[in-house]
Amino acid sequence: MYMSNINKIIKKIEENQRIDHKEALNLYQNIDLLTLATLANRRRFFLHPQKVITYVVDRNINYTNVCVSGCRFCAFYQIPEKGYIISKQELGEKIQETIDLGGTQILLQGGMHPDLELEFYVEMLAFIKEKFDIHVHGFSPPEIDFIAKKSNLSVAKIISILKKAGLASIPGGGAEILDDDIRQKVSPNKCLSKQWLEVMRQAHLQGMKSSATMMFGHLEQDYHIISHLEKIRSLQDETRGFTAFIPWTFQPGNTKINVKKKTSVEYLRVLALSRIFLDNIDNIQASWVTQGDKIAQTALFFGANDMGSTMIEENVVASAGVDFMLSETQLKHLITTAGFESRQRDCYYNLL
Amino acid sequence: MNISFLDERLESIYLKVKEGSRLSKEDGICIYDTQDLLGIGHIANYVRYNLHGNKAFYVNNQHLNYTNICKNRCRFCAYAKDDGEKGSYVWSMEEIEKRLMDKIEEPVAELHIVGGLNENLSFEYFIDLLKTVKRVRPEASIKAFTCVEIDYLSNLSGLSLEETVHQLKEAGLEMMPGGGAEVLNTRIHDALFPKKIGHDRWLEIVRTVHKAGIKTNATMLYGHIETLEERVDHLIALRDLQDETNGFTAFIPLAFHSQNTQLSHLPSTTAMDDLKNVAAARLMLDNFPHIKAYWVMIGESLAQVALNFGADDLDGTIIEERITHTAGAKSAKGLTQDLMEEMIRSAGFEPVQRDSFYNPIQSK
Repeated sequence: MYMSNINKIIKKIEENQRIDHKEALNLYQNIDLLTLATLANRRRFFLHPQKVITYVVDRNINYTNVCVSGCRFCAFYQIPEKGYIISKQELGEKIQETIDLGGTQILLQGGMHPDLELEFYVEMLAFIKEKFDIHVHGFSPPEIDFIAKKSNLSVAKIISILKKAGLASIPGGGAEILDDDIRQKVSPNKCLSKQWLEVMRQAHLQGMKSSATMMFGHLEQDYHIISHLEKIRSLQDETRGFTAFIPWTFQPGNTKINVKKKTSVEYLRVLALSRIFLDNIDNIQASWVTQGDKIAQTALFFGANDMGSTMIEENVVASAGVDFMLSETQLKHLITTAGFESRQRDCYYNLL
Repeated sequence: MNISFLDERLESIYLKVKEGSRLSKEDGICIYDTQDLLGIGHIANYVRYNLHGNKAFYVNNQHLNYTNICKNRCRFCAYAKDDGEKGSYVWSMEEIEKRLMDKIEEPVAELHIVGGLNENLSFEYFIDLLKTVKRVRPEASIKAFTCVEIDYLSNLSGLSLEETVHQLKEAGLEMMPGGGAEVLNTRIHDALFPKKIGHDRWLEIVRTVHKAGIKTNATMLYGHIETLEERVDHLIALRDLQDETNGFTAFIPLAFHSQNTQLSHLPSTTAMDDLKNVAAARLMLDNFPHIKAYWVMIGESLAQVALNFGADDLDGTIIEERITHTAGAKSAKGLTQDLMEEMIRSAGFEPVQRDSFYNPIQSK
């Protein structure tokens, strides 16, 4: 019974038609791994006919590790008494180092710090803009939502202020799983799905691009994953502001959620499904930082067309006990030995 | 879904496989050369399903490396030491018994025993070793000694190959692992392991062992200086011998780890190459029942993926792997049975705990 349905779904995908929630769930739960990969790979080559895999040279800069969100999956945050706030000097040194290494952007993220005012963020951005010529990809929706609430301004207003101060684009972090039942269990103090989507909508409406992510493998069911993809796809229909989608697996080390880590095959299935389902998002990123070099390379055959970032510095995943490190040379080696041309890109996926 | 290949050369290979025709050397080279990873995966998976359906095997096993002193000093080895060198060791019978007793509560079904060519050991040591293991762990199968060790033991005992194997069998040897073949090729032999037995002798020993009724595995160490053609020649040499003896149980592609070896300038193998080696083995070795994805060498994550690229066996839980870890392997040193079964299930297969001969074992 389900096989004839599966064949109908496969046909739809082969004809580049959109699939719905039910079809996606059926596909995800029942189809064999290599057929799923083949469908994703075809979609990838339909969207990107060139045998090119892109990557960006950037650095994660965490301006603070203080966060009142208290997410149960996080091993990075600290209470205000124990945490840090980056100094301008350190920030400047990190950016200069990034530029010296051929970096084109910084990923500037922190936490929901209870004592920082809007002026802090504006000043930080102004400082960067004044001293450096670098793309600032910063502040995930929970941070923006938090700043808005704290300063009693609308999300739209905050975005316009940050944009004016030098913010160029918004990372898709903090999405976790866009389902409020799950969010209230894993990240009780973080913005809800609607607010996450609203930040992205407002940013896109103001001409800013963003990425989108999904962290799975904690308390969600399969249908939550599909619902998450559906929410991203609907907003993208409306705004066209997402540049890329990046699924990654929850890393249970040093956190308060006691679950088995998702295996590589489960990751590859979600990655492939994302490529098929998100027909309106151009780029799908492999996550070497959570999956390691071998599965990241394998992901290039499961729908990913981008290797993400060289991550000159990464702190958050590393604090959960995952310590994959790759240099730009190693990243390029992974791409070329898989039979692709490796190309450095900017934040908008323009080849450099 | 009909399989359509990005690399058209795979069409004819798929056709041959469906008809049950044997693949040629050129086909083998094409499998290694293609960039259509999913294409060869599909074909290998087709063969794998026909042979084993949805089953994927693993064994509860323990490794015993009785000595690291070795006179061969192969250039790709990080494990061997000279006699008297810091860190060199030989285990006495008491130490071997202790190591077995340490794990006696665990349901070990197979003991994997290999070591170096240590000139301080007599033939009696090996007979004692087998008898000790059999006495302490009578229910577990003994899979021990590569052909390199068998050749050495034959010289040591002054007995013929046949008689050496016979005496070891009497003492408890039930099966042999497939190591020591490296790549069956004279050029590579001379460059990397000149003191070790060569191509012809390796095959001669395996032939003798198979005729004595002992099953063996076979391996290939890839990812150093070998060419694609040399890999395919190796697989074909194994396939030819298997036609003659039918004594091979499983083939295990071994990814080279260069750290702490004389070839440390070489990069690690990639997922692309690891998966191709699994698929190529499944497709070329049409007369081998099993292909292993050896997680110690390619990592747990990729071994799981490899179950969809032709592999049907994840090898063992392995209590304390030593050799590959000395050469920088980042995989775990052992996996629990639960984790092993979880890896297999979440890859879409049914886990089957097996003994050395692939008979299913009921979980206790």
